[in-house]
Amino acid sequence: MSTQLVLLALLMAAVTYPSRAVPLLAPGIERLPPRALLYLRLVGPAILASIAATQTLVRTDDSGARSIVLGPELLGVLLCVAVVAWRRNLFLGLVAGVGFVAIARMVS
Amino acid sequence: MSDTNEPDPGLRAARRRLLQDTAGIAVSAVGFGFVFGLAARDAGYSTVEAAAMSVFAFSGAAQFAAVGYVSAGLGWLPILVLTFFLNARHLLYSASLAPRLRQLPFLQRAAMAHVLTDEAFALAATHFHRVGRVDVPGYWIGAVLGVFIPWNLATLAGVMLGGAIVDPTAYGLDVVFPAAMAGLAVGLATGRREIVAAGAGAAIGVLLSLLLGPSVGIVAGGLIGPLVGMAMPGGESHRAPDSDLTGMRVDLDEAMADVAELPAGEAS
Repeated sequence: MSTQLVLLALLMAAVTYPSRAVPLLAPGIERLPPRALLYLRLVGPAILASIAATQTLVRTDDSGARSIVLGPELLGVLLCVAVVAWRRNLFLGLVAGVGFVAIARMVS
Repeated sequence: MSDTNEPDPGLRAARRRLLQDTAGIAVSAVGFGFVFGLAARDAGYSTVEAAAMSVFAFSGAAQFAAVGYVSAGLGWLPILVLTFFLNARHLLYSASLAPRLRQLPFLQRAAMAHVLTDEAFALAATHFHRVGRVDVPGYWIGAVLGVFIPWNLATLAGVMLGGAIVDPTAYGLDVVFPAAMAGLAVGLATGRREIVAAGAGAAIGVLLSLLLGPSVGIVAGGLIGPLVGMAMPGGESHRAPDSDLTGMRVDLDEAMADVAELPAGEAS
């Protein structure tokens, strides 16, 4: 059984823990300028959207060439986005998006 | 505070209410943790690796991001950069709690920090607000019973049961990861600036991924997108952000206001 990614998990913990712990363990150090706090507030949606769009739209073929791909996966992700925006329920959005792609692949 | 070790009736009632709130959060954590386990299995994680992610990193969005990066064969450095920035918001929760917990032993505060998530903070803040002071057992109930244990058990279930699915792509499970990322982004896009940052992040990410590769594009989109959002005039947030471990709406601004009203240094 592979354990290589356990090290990655530990490194991820090492970069996550300071945000959770530093103010609790060293009060006063957390006072950041308002612009920095605003940046931190915006970085979450920006990173997640960047990952989602890239993973959905950009494909790399065996030769290393990259291209835009428009397929049922994009529609599935957009359906998930619509359901989450409408129902405020991520799990429901995932079921809808994944279910759509599964049906599309079954039919095609 | 009572002279005996028995909690007063008001505290007992508040803890019962906390347990009810915790149960709802736990159900969502089970569902989303299970999906993470499936996605991790699909990306080639072993059971030990998936479990280590949920035990040590314990961060929904960052864990899903790592699944995508690992499955794409990309390097670890971008994963760590994104993880740092994705989880930097915890600084706000930790800072909010710090003045109320500073008299607790260092090791206890260190342990509390590891399980400090969106849900743990919101549950604790609501509970503290009800009882009018910090209740340390209440913190552990929300953070560990409500999120940490369900998330980790569900991860194990997902990664182990996922092995029974012969062809995950036939069921669309390869779409779980980008769909989860997009859904989480919607949950965090609470106002004009957040929406602009997300849109800019997506556009920059795709463009630079085509030109320079996904490992550069994703990080650049995530780090430049917020600068575009900051250039927009501010507006009121439409609603509270959603959590990244359960996808549930968690009113963190209100929770921080609740904690701010508490007297400092009265943890028990």
